Amino acid sequence: MGRSMLDLWVGIFVVAGIAALVILAFKVGNMSNFGGGDTYEINANFDNIGGLKPRAAIKSAGVVVGRVKSITFNNERFTAKVTMAIESGYKFPKDTTASILTAGLLGEQYIGLEGGGDDKMLKTGDSIRLTQSAVVLEKLISQFLFDKAAEGGTQKP
Amino acid sequence: MPHRGMPTVRSIGAKAIDNVLRLGYAARFIGLTLAHSGTSFARPGLIVRELYYTGVLSMIIILVSGLFVGMVLGLQGYQTLTTYGSESALGVLVALSLVRELGPVVSALLFASRAGSAMTAEIGLMKATEQLSAMEMMAVDPIARVVAPRFWAGVISMPLLAAMFSAMGIFGGYIVGVVLIGVDEGSFWSQMQSAVDVREDIVNGVIKSFVFGVAITWISLFEGYDAPPTAEGVSGATTRTVVTSSLAVLALDFILTSFMFSGA
Repeated sequence: MGRSMLDLWVGIFVVAGIAALVILAFKVGNMSNFGGGDTYEINANFDNIGGLKPRAAIKSAGVVVGRVKSITFNNERFTAKVTMAIESGYKFPKDTTASILTAGLLGEQYIGLEGGGDDKMLKTGDSIRLTQSAVVLEKLISQFLFDKAAEGGTQKP
Repeated sequence: MPHRGMPTVRSIGAKAIDNVLRLGYAARFIGLTLAHSGTSFARPGLIVRELYYTGVLSMIIILVSGLFVGMVLGLQGYQTLTTYGSESALGVLVALSLVRELGPVVSALLFASRAGSAMTAEIGLMKATEQLSAMEMMAVDPIARVVAPRFWAGVISMPLLAAMFSAMGIFGGYIVGVVLIGVDEGSFWSQMQSAVDVREDIVNGVIKSFVFGVAITWISLFEGYDAPPTAEGVSGATTRTVVTSSLAVLALDFILTSFMFSGA
Protein backbone atom coordinates (compact mmCIF):
# COMPACT_ATOMS: atom_id res chain seq x y z
CA MET A 1 0.00 0.00 0.00
CA GLY A 2 1.35 3.39 -1.03
CA ARG A 3 2.12 6.16 1.37
CA SER A 4 -0.68 8.41 0.12
CA MET A 5 -3.32 5.66 0.49
CA LEU A 6 -2.13 5.13 4.06
CA ASP A 7 -2.47 8.83 4.83
CA LEU A 8 -5.90 8.90 3.21
CA TRP A 9 -7.23 6.02 5.31
CA VAL A 10 -5.79 7.39 8.54
CA GLY A 11 -7.32 10.76 7.67
CA ILE A 12 -10.71 9.14 7.13
CA PHE A 13 -10.33 7.32 10.45
CA VAL A 14 -9.48 10.47 12.42
CA VAL A 15 -12.24 12.48 10.75
CA ALA A 16 -14.79 9.72 11.47
CA GLY A 17 -13.70 9.58 15.11
CA ILE A 18 -13.97 13.33 15.59
CA ALA A 19 -17.30 13.36 13.76
CA ALA A 20 -18.56 10.70 16.17
CA LEU A 21 -17.47 12.86 19.13
CA VAL A 22 -19.22 15.91 17.65
CA ILE A 23 -22.40 13.88 17.07
CA LEU A 24 -22.28 12.68 20.68
CA ALA A 25 -21.81 16.22 21.97
CA PHE A 26 -24.50 17.92 19.89
CA LYS A 27 -27.09 15.31 18.94
CA VAL A 28 -26.95 13.10 22.04
CA GLY A 29 -25.79 15.58 24.67
CA ASN A 30 -27.41 18.93 25.27
CA MET A 31 -24.63 21.24 24.16
CA SER A 32 -26.71 22.64 21.30
CA ASN A 33 -29.74 23.77 23.28
CA PHE A 34 -27.83 25.05 26.30
CA GLY A 35 -24.77 27.21 26.71
CA GLY A 36 -25.24 29.25 23.57
CA GLY A 37 -27.79 32.00 24.09
CA ASP A 38 -27.75 34.84 26.61
CA THR A 39 -29.62 34.36 29.85
CA TYR A 40 -30.72 36.49 32.80
CA GLU A 41 -31.03 35.23 36.35
CA ILE A 42 -33.98 35.49 38.69
CA ASN A 43 -34.50 34.00 42.13
CA ALA A 44 -37.39 32.31 43.83
CA ASN A 45 -37.84 31.08 47.41
CA PHE A 46 -39.67 27.82 47.93
CA ASP A 47 -40.76 26.25 51.22
CA ASN A 48 -39.94 22.82 49.83
CA ILE A 49 -38.30 21.96 46.53
CA GLY A 50 -38.90 18.20 46.75
CA GLY A 51 -36.54 16.47 44.32
CA LEU A 52 -35.65 19.47 42.15
CA LYS A 53 -32.06 19.39 40.90
CA PRO A 54 -29.73 21.90 39.28
CA ARG A 55 -30.08 21.94 35.46
CA ALA A 56 -33.76 21.00 35.74
CA ALA A 57 -35.95 22.56 33.08
CA ILE A 58 -37.99 25.75 33.56
CA LYS A 59 -41.13 25.67 31.50
CA SER A 60 -43.85 28.14 30.75
CA ALA A 61 -46.93 26.87 28.94
CA GLY A 62 -44.93 23.68 28.33
CA VAL A 63 -42.08 25.44 26.50
CA VAL A 64 -38.59 25.20 27.98
CA VAL A 65 -37.52 28.80 28.69
CA GLY A 66 -34.48 28.17 30.89
CA ARG A 67 -32.75 25.94 33.41
CA VAL A 68 -32.22 25.88 37.18
CA LYS A 69 -28.77 27.27 37.84
CA SER A 70 -28.28 26.61 41.53
CA ILE A 71 -30.20 25.66 44.65
CA THR A 72 -29.08 26.98 48.05
CA PHE A 73 -30.60 27.14 51.51
CA ASN A 74 -31.69 30.58 52.68
CA ASN A 75 -30.75 30.59 56.33
CA GLU A 76 -32.74 33.73 57.20
CA ARG A 77 -36.11 32.62 55.95
CA PHE A 78 -35.49 28.86 56.19
CA THR A 79 -36.50 28.34 52.61
CA ALA A 80 -34.79 27.00 49.51
CA LYS A 81 -33.44 29.70 47.22
CA VAL A 82 -33.52 28.61 43.58
CA THR A 83 -31.60 30.64 41.00
CA MET A 84 -32.99 30.29 37.49
CA ALA A 85 -31.29 31.19 34.23
CA ILE A 86 -33.96 32.31 31.77
CA GLU A 87 -33.16 32.86 28.09
CA SER A 88 -33.08 36.59 27.35
CA GLY A 89 -35.65 36.25 24.58
CA TYR A 90 -38.37 35.41 27.12
CA LYS A 91 -39.77 38.14 29.40
CA PHE A 92 -42.02 37.56 32.39
CA PRO A 93 -44.07 40.12 34.36
CA LYS A 94 -43.28 40.94 38.02
CA ASP A 95 -46.23 39.00 39.40
CA THR A 96 -45.29 35.70 37.76
CA THR A 97 -46.06 32.55 39.75
CA ALA A 98 -43.40 29.84 40.01
CA SER A 99 -44.45 26.35 41.00
CA ILE A 100 -42.55 23.08 41.18
CA LEU A 101 -44.29 20.49 39.06
CA THR A 102 -43.66 16.87 38.20
CA ALA A 103 -43.59 15.42 34.70
CA GLY A 104 -45.92 12.46 34.96
CA LEU A 105 -46.67 10.77 38.26
CA LEU A 106 -43.07 9.81 39.09
CA GLY A 107 -41.15 11.76 36.47
CA GLU A 108 -38.51 14.40 37.00
CA GLN A 109 -39.42 17.73 38.57
CA TYR A 110 -39.32 21.08 36.81
CA ILE A 111 -40.37 24.66 37.52
CA GLY A 112 -43.46 25.99 35.84
CA LEU A 113 -43.83 29.77 35.35
CA GLU A 114 -47.21 31.40 34.87
CA GLY A 115 -47.25 35.02 33.81
CA GLY A 116 -49.47 37.57 35.58
CA GLY A 117 -50.82 40.90 34.47
CA ASP A 118 -48.14 43.34 35.70
CA ASP A 119 -46.68 45.59 33.03
CA LYS A 120 -43.21 45.64 34.62
CA MET A 121 -40.92 42.76 33.64
CA LEU A 122 -38.52 40.71 35.81
CA LYS A 123 -34.85 41.69 35.50
CA THR A 124 -31.59 40.05 36.58
CA GLY A 125 -31.47 39.64 40.36
CA ASP A 126 -35.22 40.04 40.85
CA SER A 127 -37.17 37.58 42.96
CA ILE A 128 -40.45 35.90 42.20
CA ARG A 129 -42.71 36.44 45.20
CA LEU A 130 -45.52 34.02 44.41
CA THR A 131 -44.25 30.48 44.68
CA GLN A 132 -45.80 27.11 45.14
CA SER A 133 -43.79 24.28 46.68
CA ALA A 134 -43.35 20.79 45.39
CA VAL A 135 -45.99 18.26 46.22
CA VAL A 136 -44.41 15.71 48.54
CA LEU A 137 -46.23 12.47 48.00
CA GLU A 138 -45.64 11.13 51.52
CA LYS A 139 -47.10 14.30 53.09
CA LEU A 140 -50.11 14.13 50.81
CA ILE A 141 -50.81 10.51 51.69
CA SER A 142 -50.34 11.01 55.44
CA GLN A 143 -52.58 14.09 55.33
CA PHE A 144 -55.22 12.08 53.48
CA LEU A 145 -55.05 9.24 56.01
CA PHE A 146 -55.17 11.72 58.91
CA ASP A 147 -58.23 13.44 57.46
CA LYS A 148 -59.95 10.10 56.94
CA ALA A 149 -59.23 9.09 60.53
CA ALA A 150 -60.50 12.43 61.85
CA GLU A 151 -63.65 12.11 59.74
CA GLY A 152 -64.27 8.60 61.05
CA GLY A 153 -63.82 9.83 64.65
CA THR A 154 -66.36 12.67 64.35
CA GLN A 155 -69.00 10.77 62.38
CA LYS A 156 -69.32 7.82 64.73
CA PRO A 157 -71.00 9.31 67.82
CA MET B 1 19.30 -30.23 48.86
CA PRO B 2 18.27 -28.65 52.14
CA HIS B 3 14.90 -27.31 50.89
CA ARG B 4 13.62 -30.46 49.20
CA GLY B 5 10.63 -30.88 51.49
CA MET B 6 8.48 -27.96 50.34
CA PRO B 7 8.53 -27.59 46.54
CA THR B 8 4.98 -26.15 46.36
CA VAL B 9 5.59 -23.35 48.81
CA ARG B 10 8.88 -22.57 47.14
CA SER B 11 7.30 -22.36 43.71
CA ILE B 12 4.58 -20.01 44.97
CA GLY B 13 7.24 -17.74 46.41
CA ALA B 14 9.25 -17.88 43.19
CA LYS B 15 6.14 -16.99 41.15
CA ALA B 16 5.37 -14.03 43.40
CA ILE B 17 8.90 -12.67 43.18
CA ASP B 18 8.85 -13.21 39.42
CA ASN B 19 5.61 -11.24 39.05
CA VAL B 20 6.86 -8.34 41.14
CA LEU B 21 10.03 -8.28 39.05
CA ARG B 22 7.99 -8.22 35.83
CA LEU B 23 5.85 -5.39 37.20
CA GLY B 24 8.94 -3.34 37.94
CA TYR B 25 10.32 -4.10 34.48
CA ALA B 26 6.96 -3.04 32.96
CA ALA B 27 7.05 0.26 34.86
CA ARG B 28 10.60 0.90 33.66
CA PHE B 29 9.46 -0.03 30.13
CA ILE B 30 6.64 2.55 30.02
CA GLY B 31 9.01 5.16 31.45
CA LEU B 32 11.51 4.43 28.69
CA THR B 33 8.75 4.55 26.07
CA LEU B 34 7.57 7.97 27.24
CA ALA B 35 11.14 9.25 27.43
CA HIS B 36 11.89 8.11 23.86
CA SER B 37 8.68 9.46 22.35
CA GLY B 38 10.43 12.49 20.88
CA THR B 39 11.43 10.63 17.71
CA SER B 40 7.87 9.60 16.89
CA PHE B 41 6.58 13.16 17.24
CA ALA B 42 9.44 14.49 15.13
CA ARG B 43 8.52 11.91 12.47
CA PRO B 44 4.69 11.73 12.49
CA GLY B 45 4.83 9.36 9.54
CA LEU B 46 5.75 6.60 12.00
CA ILE B 47 2.60 7.21 14.05
CA VAL B 48 0.42 7.49 10.94
CA ARG B 49 1.61 4.08 9.74
CA GLU B 50 0.73 2.52 13.10
CA LEU B 51 -2.59 4.38 13.25
CA TYR B 52 -3.49 2.56 10.05
CA TYR B 53 -2.81 -0.85 11.60
CA THR B 54 -4.34 -0.21 15.04
CA GLY B 55 -7.10 2.28 14.22
CA VAL B 56 -8.25 1.95 10.63
CA LEU B 57 -8.20 -1.85 10.59
CA SER B 58 -10.17 -1.98 13.88
CA MET B 59 -12.80 0.41 12.54
CA ILE B 60 -14.97 -2.21 10.80
CA ILE B 61 -15.29 -4.53 13.80
CA ILE B 62 -15.97 -1.56 16.12
CA LEU B 63 -18.66 -0.07 13.86
CA VAL B 64 -20.43 -3.39 13.22
CA SER B 65 -20.42 -4.51 16.85
CA GLY B 66 -21.49 -1.03 17.98
CA LEU B 67 -24.47 -1.21 15.67
CA PHE B 68 -25.51 -4.62 16.95
CA VAL B 69 -24.98 -3.76 20.62
CA GLY B 70 -27.15 -0.67 20.14
CA MET B 71 -29.85 -2.70 18.39
CA VAL B 72 -29.91 -5.27 21.20
CA LEU B 73 -30.10 -2.46 23.77
CA GLY B 74 -33.03 -0.99 21.86
CA LEU B 75 -34.90 -4.30 21.83
CA GLN B 76 -34.19 -5.27 25.43
CA GLY B 77 -34.75 -1.75 26.74
CA TYR B 78 -38.08 -1.54 24.98
CA GLN B 79 -39.20 -4.89 26.42
CA THR B 80 -38.39 -3.76 29.97
CA LEU B 81 -39.53 -0.15 29.74
CA THR B 82 -42.85 -0.97 28.12
CA THR B 83 -43.94 -2.88 31.25
CA TYR B 84 -43.72 0.46 33.10
CA GLY B 85 -45.29 2.39 30.26
CA SER B 86 -42.22 4.54 29.87
CA GLU B 87 -40.88 3.43 26.49
CA SER B 88 -40.30 7.09 25.61
CA ALA B 89 -37.25 6.89 27.91
CA LEU B 90 -35.68 4.36 25.51
CA GLY B 91 -33.36 7.01 24.09
CA VAL B 92 -32.06 7.85 27.56
CA LEU B 93 -31.41 4.20 28.37
CA VAL B 94 -29.59 3.48 25.11
CA ALA B 95 -27.53 6.68 25.16
CA LEU B 96 -26.49 6.60 28.81
CA SER B 97 -25.54 2.92 28.87
CA LEU B 98 -23.49 3.32 25.68
CA VAL B 99 -21.77 6.61 26.47
CA ARG B 100 -20.98 5.79 30.09
CA GLU B 101 -20.14 2.09 30.05
CA LEU B 102 -20.63 -0.07 26.99
CA GLY B 103 -18.95 2.24 24.48
CA PRO B 104 -15.61 2.54 26.27
CA VAL B 105 -15.56 -0.99 27.74
CA VAL B 106 -16.73 -3.12 24.82
CA SER B 107 -14.63 -1.21 22.30
CA ALA B 108 -11.63 -1.57 24.63
CA LEU B 109 -12.17 -5.35 24.83
CA LEU B 110 -12.47 -5.55 21.04
CA PHE B 111 -9.43 -3.31 20.65
CA ALA B 112 -7.40 -5.55 22.97
CA SER B 113 -8.20 -8.66 20.97
CA ARG B 114 -8.02 -7.02 17.53
CA ALA B 115 -5.09 -4.61 17.80
CA GLY B 116 -3.38 -5.46 21.09
CA SER B 117 -2.74 -9.11 20.20
CA ALA B 118 -1.39 -8.10 16.78
CA MET B 119 1.01 -5.64 18.42
CA THR B 120 2.29 -8.30 20.84
CA ALA B 121 2.74 -10.88 18.08
CA GLU B 122 4.53 -8.40 15.81
CA ILE B 123 6.99 -7.19 18.43
CA GLY B 124 7.49 -10.69 19.83
CA LEU B 125 8.29 -12.00 16.36
CA MET B 126 10.63 -9.07 15.72
CA LYS B 127 12.44 -10.07 18.87
CA ALA B 128 12.45 -13.79 17.99
CA THR B 129 13.88 -13.11 14.52
CA GLU B 130 16.46 -10.77 16.11
CA GLN B 131 15.27 -7.71 14.22
CA LEU B 132 15.34 -5.69 17.44
CA SER B 133 18.95 -6.71 18.15
CA ALA B 134 19.83 -5.84 14.56
CA MET B 135 18.40 -2.35 15.07
CA GLU B 136 20.48 -1.91 18.21
CA MET B 137 23.56 -2.99 16.22
CA MET B 138 22.82 -0.19 13.75
CA ALA B 139 22.52 2.28 16.65
CA VAL B 140 18.74 2.60 16.16
CA ASP B 141 16.88 2.53 19.45
CA PRO B 142 14.12 -0.09 19.06
CA ILE B 143 12.05 1.58 21.80
CA ALA B 144 12.04 4.90 19.98
CA ARG B 145 11.64 3.41 16.50
CA VAL B 146 9.26 0.45 17.11
CA VAL B 147 7.58 0.73 20.52
CA ALA B 148 6.83 4.44 21.01
CA PRO B 149 4.96 5.02 17.69
CA ARG B 150 2.75 2.01 18.40
CA PHE B 151 2.06 3.28 21.92
CA TRP B 152 0.93 6.70 20.75
CA ALA B 153 -1.09 5.26 17.87
CA GLY B 154 -2.97 3.05 20.33
CA VAL B 155 -3.54 5.90 22.78
CA ILE B 156 -4.86 8.18 20.00
CA SER B 157 -7.08 5.64 18.29
CA MET B 158 -8.81 4.19 21.38
CA PRO B 159 -10.97 7.26 22.29
CA LEU B 160 -11.86 7.76 18.63
CA LEU B 161 -12.92 4.13 18.30
CA ALA B 162 -14.98 4.30 21.51
CA ALA B 163 -16.75 7.45 20.27
CA MET B 164 -17.54 5.70 16.96
CA PHE B 165 -18.85 2.69 18.88
CA SER B 166 -21.19 4.85 20.99
CA ALA B 167 -22.44 6.89 18.04
CA MET B 168 -23.06 3.76 15.99
CA GLY B 169 -24.79 2.08 18.95
CA ILE B 170 -27.15 5.02 19.42
CA PHE B 171 -27.92 4.85 15.71
CA GLY B 172 -28.66 1.12 16.11
CA GLY B 173 -30.95 1.84 19.07
CA TYR B 174 -32.68 4.50 16.96
CA ILE B 175 -33.22 2.04 14.09
CA VAL B 176 -34.76 -0.62 16.34
CA GLY B 177 -36.65 1.72 18.69
CA VAL B 178 -37.98 4.39 16.36
CA VAL B 179 -37.93 2.91 12.86
CA LEU B 180 -38.88 -0.71 13.59
CA ILE B 181 -40.88 -0.59 16.85
CA GLY B 182 -42.31 2.90 16.51
CA VAL B 183 -41.31 4.77 19.66
CA ASP B 184 -42.04 8.47 19.21
CA GLU B 185 -39.04 10.05 17.50
CA GLY B 186 -39.36 13.42 19.23
CA SER B 187 -39.38 12.03 22.76
CA PHE B 188 -36.57 9.58 21.87
CA TRP B 189 -34.17 12.42 21.03
CA SER B 190 -35.42 15.15 23.38
CA GLN B 191 -35.42 12.94 26.50
CA MET B 192 -31.96 11.73 25.51
CA GLN B 193 -30.71 15.28 25.12
CA SER B 194 -32.09 16.45 28.43
CA ALA B 195 -30.65 13.45 30.31
CA VAL B 196 -27.16 13.19 28.77
CA ASP B 197 -24.75 15.77 30.09
CA VAL B 198 -21.78 16.68 27.92
CA ARG B 199 -19.25 17.03 30.74
CA GLU B 200 -20.62 14.42 33.16
CA ASP B 201 -21.34 11.66 30.68
CA ILE B 202 -19.60 12.18 27.36
CA VAL B 203 -16.31 13.66 28.60
CA ASN B 204 -16.12 11.01 31.34
CA GLY B 205 -16.61 8.31 28.69
CA VAL B 206 -13.77 9.79 26.63
CA ILE B 207 -11.51 9.89 29.71
CA LYS B 208 -12.34 6.24 30.37
CA SER B 209 -11.46 5.16 26.85
CA PHE B 210 -8.22 7.15 27.00
CA VAL B 211 -7.20 5.33 30.20
CA PHE B 212 -8.13 1.99 28.62
CA GLY B 213 -6.06 2.88 25.55
CA VAL B 214 -2.99 3.55 27.69
CA ALA B 215 -3.48 0.31 29.66
CA ILE B 216 -4.05 -1.92 26.62
CA THR B 217 -1.17 -0.62 24.52
CA TRP B 218 1.16 -0.68 27.50
CA ILE B 219 0.30 -4.32 28.28
CA SER B 220 0.47 -5.44 24.62
CA LEU B 221 3.80 -3.73 23.91
CA PHE B 222 5.35 -4.96 27.14
CA GLU B 223 4.21 -8.55 26.61
CA GLY B 224 5.66 -8.48 23.09
CA TYR B 225 8.93 -6.91 24.18
CA ASP B 226 9.27 -9.30 27.10
CA ALA B 227 8.23 -12.46 25.21
CA PRO B 228 10.65 -15.40 25.16
CA PRO B 229 12.14 -15.41 21.63
CA THR B 230 10.56 -18.69 20.59
CA ALA B 231 7.38 -19.63 18.71
CA GLU B 232 5.86 -20.89 21.96
CA GLY B 233 6.90 -17.78 23.84
CA VAL B 234 5.27 -15.45 21.30
CA SER B 235 2.00 -17.41 21.28
CA GLY B 236 1.93 -17.44 25.09
CA ALA B 237 2.59 -13.70 25.20
CA THR B 238 -0.24 -13.04 22.74
CA THR B 239 -2.67 -15.01 24.89
CA ARG B 240 -1.49 -13.21 28.02
CA THR B 241 -2.00 -9.84 26.32
CA VAL B 242 -5.67 -10.52 25.63
CA VAL B 243 -6.35 -12.00 29.08
CA THR B 244 -4.44 -9.40 31.08
CA SER B 245 -5.69 -6.37 29.19
CA SER B 246 -9.32 -7.55 29.33
CA LEU B 247 -9.06 -8.00 33.09
CA ALA B 248 -7.26 -4.66 33.44
CA VAL B 249 -9.98 -2.90 31.44
CA LEU B 250 -12.77 -4.35 33.57
CA ALA B 251 -11.01 -3.60 36.86
CA LEU B 252 -10.07 -0.06 35.77
CA ASP B 253 -13.65 0.48 34.65
CA PHE B 254 -14.93 -0.30 38.11
CA ILE B 255 -12.42 2.07 39.73
CA LEU B 256 -13.11 4.89 37.26
CA THR B 257 -16.88 4.47 37.51
CA SER B 258 -16.80 4.63 41.30
CA PHE B 259 -14.83 7.89 41.06
CA MET B 260 -16.87 9.48 38.27
CA PHE B 261 -20.47 8.53 38.90
CA SER B 262 -20.70 7.93 42.64
CA GLY B 263 -21.62 11.51 43.52
CA ALA B 264 -24.82 11.60 41.50
